[in-house]
Amino acid sequence: MRGIEVKNISKSFKDTQALRNVTLTFEAGKIYGLLGRNGAGKSTLLNIISNRKYPNEGYVSVDGMPSAENDEALRKMFLINEMNLYPESMKVKDAFKVTKTFYSSFDEAYALKLSEMFELNIKKKIKSLSTGYQSIFRNILALSVNVPYVFFDEPVLGLDAYHRDLFYKLLIEKYSEDPFTAVISTHLIEEVANVIEEVIIIKKGEILKNQSRDSILENSCTISGTVSQVDSYVASLPARAEVIGSDVIGGLKSVYICGDDGARLPEGLERSTMDLQKLFIQLTSM
Amino acid sequence: MNINPGQDKPIFIQIAEGIEDGILTGAFPEESQIPSITEFSVNYKINPATALKGINLLVDENIIYKKRGVGMFVAEGAVQKLRKKRQDQFYTNYISSLIDEARRLGISSEDVIAMIERGFSK
Repeated sequence: MRGIEVKNISKSFKDTQALRNVTLTFEAGKIYGLLGRNGAGKSTLLNIISNRKYPNEGYVSVDGMPSAENDEALRKMFLINEMNLYPESMKVKDAFKVTKTFYSSFDEAYALKLSEMFELNIKKKIKSLSTGYQSIFRNILALSVNVPYVFFDEPVLGLDAYHRDLFYKLLIEKYSEDPFTAVISTHLIEEVANVIEEVIIIKKGEILKNQSRDSILENSCTISGTVSQVDSYVASLPARAEVIGSDVIGGLKSVYICGDDGARLPEGLERSTMDLQKLFIQLTSM
Repeated sequence: MNINPGQDKPIFIQIAEGIEDGILTGAFPEESQIPSITEFSVNYKINPATALKGINLLVDENIIYKKRGVGMFVAEGAVQKLRKKRQDQFYTNYISSLIDEARRLGISSEDVIAMIERGFSK
């Protein structure tokens, strides 16, 4: 089977449980958004999948092979995060060469072309790069490595608006030419909402949502009206619908609903769609 | 073509309607090639599956056709077809919301009609 399977992963550090029985599948050739608040367990999950951290329980398999201590499985994956795996005094251009020795599919010419587009000085030492350029450096590696599974942990950290725009465009271009699995963990939900196809929302180490962006949004809505009207509408909702939050201002109330599209609305109530960021805020509050 | 993620409409519908607008205004003439899925996706920073979903709506309605290995083209008769479709949707898309707002404001149907006539005579 192609894809990455994460099965019953649990991980705890000292007194905190970072991941609780997480089961997920990353299909081949899809772009995922991994969304969660600070400390939700996103980075731990990505580190475990790429064998940089070890789970207390559970296992990960890549295209049917267990990933733990398995070079063949690990060569299919590439993770970028705040960790720098290169010697501090190494220059950018040398880092490209080194990457090529680990990943034969790494396209050095493309990495150099991207460096020019981002105006990254390849003669600079990695440690001397600013936060933004550290991110750019890592993104260039990730976009040039040509492996089936690429994990971007906070890829746009410190990037200005122009560079963020360029990054998303290059990612989509690369993906269109040769689809691979990209998992993007980010706090800038609005920016990735239309880039991703699948959404995974993680909260306190547990998976809250794991479905396609379209299905999650088509089955969510905001209903507004007077308090009494909204309350009686909520009472009439089918069991599968879940009210994930509400706002009251004066006599007006808005409820955020998951699992119902809000069709067939009684007179006087107003329905609007929910965007991914709103949904995320409501689901992960408290 | 303007794609606005903040709008209530799903992006794939916005893509389909944007192309429709292009066909109606003559930006994409009949039998001419339209941009590829990749061009739409990269330009609007949207997932290619979303662009494909939008374009497939138009393929299903025979407004766009695909030539294998070449690209996507505007079908002959697409303008006529779209005009008819938009005319059919005119009531739902424009008139009902106009009436809703008129009711909220207490504007009579006679006043609305007078305003429409004034607009047309401009």
